[in-house]
Amino acid sequence: MKDNSIRENPLERTEKNPVLDMDSVRKDFPIFARDVRGERLVFLDSAASAQKPSQVIRSISECYESQYANVHRGVYWLSEKATEAFDSSRERIGAFLNAPSSAEIVFVRGATEGINLVASSYGGTFLQPGDEVVISHMEHHSNIVPWQILRDRKGVLLKVAPIRDDGSIDIEAFGNILSSKTKLVSITHVANALGTVVPVKEICDMAHSVGARVLIDGCQAVPHSEVDVQKLGCDFYVFSGHKLYGPSGIGVLYAKAELLDQMSPYQGGGDMIESVTFEKTLYADPPQKFEAGTPNISGAIGLGAAVNYVCSIGLDKIAAHESDVLSYATECLSGRNDIRIIGTAANKASVLSFVIEGVHPHDVGTILDQEGIAVRTGHHCAQPVMDRFGVSSTTRASLGMYNGRDDIDALIGGLERVKEIFN
Amino acid sequence: MSDLRELYQEIILDHNRKPRNFGELPGCNRTAKGHNPLCGDMVKIYLIIENGVVREVKFDGKGCAISVASASIMTGLITGKLETEVRELFESFHSFVTNSDDGELGDGLEELTALGGVRDYPMRVKCATLAWHSVISALDGGNDTVATE
Repeated sequence: MKDNSIRENPLERTEKNPVLDMDSVRKDFPIFARDVRGERLVFLDSAASAQKPSQVIRSISECYESQYANVHRGVYWLSEKATEAFDSSRERIGAFLNAPSSAEIVFVRGATEGINLVASSYGGTFLQPGDEVVISHMEHHSNIVPWQILRDRKGVLLKVAPIRDDGSIDIEAFGNILSSKTKLVSITHVANALGTVVPVKEICDMAHSVGARVLIDGCQAVPHSEVDVQKLGCDFYVFSGHKLYGPSGIGVLYAKAELLDQMSPYQGGGDMIESVTFEKTLYADPPQKFEAGTPNISGAIGLGAAVNYVCSIGLDKIAAHESDVLSYATECLSGRNDIRIIGTAANKASVLSFVIEGVHPHDVGTILDQEGIAVRTGHHCAQPVMDRFGVSSTTRASLGMYNGRDDIDALIGGLERVKEIFN
Repeated sequence: MSDLRELYQEIILDHNRKPRNFGELPGCNRTAKGHNPLCGDMVKIYLIIENGVVREVKFDGKGCAISVASASIMTGLITGKLETEVRELFESFHSFVTNSDDGELGDGLEELTALGGVRDYPMRVKCATLAWHSVISALDGGNDTVATE
């Protein structure tokens, strides 16, 4: 159904200028035209959800204003246009991940649904009681709970690979957990509460050597670095659109075609069938087999626009820029003896989690908010990580392409206010 | 800054630094846990109730300045009170922090009034009411964990 030979260059680099033009980027995001509590908006919570550029906002309103109808159904012009836009978005995203075929791109509500789909459909089809699923100690709840549900449903065993004190994966211990019983490794690419970049290529090679499949949660990775699923060799890769400057309610599951072919459907309904009688239903080929019901049409189109936008800026430039800002932030906070940074691995992306001695993160968050600074405070849906570091919550500043050193200066100024009030 | 001083009044910072009635209470006959799922904060309340009167109350747990100060202030206020009085106090306090029309709480409740700053921070109202919800749950007889509404 799809012409997979048509493939744009996944990462069309804007050459010549290696430095990200932050002022121009900020102008693309309408939200930065507003103030918050009379202050310039300093948005340091992109790991929770990123702001949206006008290119994405426009693509969604254009979808509704000029080419909206249901997809894969109507024979009329409008439906054709909507279907075209929807399908080309899938192809764009396939190219973005360098998937061999866009039929391996399943639209889901977000990474959470992607992982639940794999747990339910892959787990349901392939896993037997006694089989082992391995996760790491630094997973988001969305990469813990679906496996616990599967454990209770199927009798599989859940193993947790430990992390070191700096928040990096203990690769030796991970290797020791793997055995012929390991059937699936489900691990984050970049840890949301710590910022640790996990060596997922190595993980894939190690897991494959014992015959296990690998799912990578790429939520915190795709906005900050190039991802090539073929180079990684992973079997599944999931991410959420809203962390990639796209709309919420749309996400992506990449899965190898051979697996999608064999996996049982996730939900039943319209658009996922070839034919239905009361006696027997024939399912459609993937990805439709996993996309029951009317999909999030404008969401998929918006996500395609987000991918285009990110590629037009250039992920190499974004990565270099964010790395500079993260180093600067780390340097600023490291100099303070009342602050403990949680997650100090050598290879990190975009996240700076910390605690201030004697001040609860919620109080930090409220005081920073008064200065127009948005940070996340709490356990970041990663309570086992908090337990591992002996804290109940942290303050987390996370970066998007629009953040600069000026935002870090504002954060440091805000932390001075915290000190003033609490000392 | 002035708004923040309204929220973080000295009285609150003081209760946060030196929480009163903090720790376990041996011999308690009612307990309840309060949990704020948003931030993972946890408070545990220990009560000794005799003939419908709060003889002694203590709390422990982890929380932000607002929730710790609120729990600390509460323990001082409800000691020696009838169960029914505690429930009434909870009702007036709850209405005070969620209703911007309520001005003052009355004599003897100045410390509680200091928590009124959370009215400008709807996300923080739960912090101020967590310990209270737990006490009500303990009075109701449950040893369950209550979550903020």
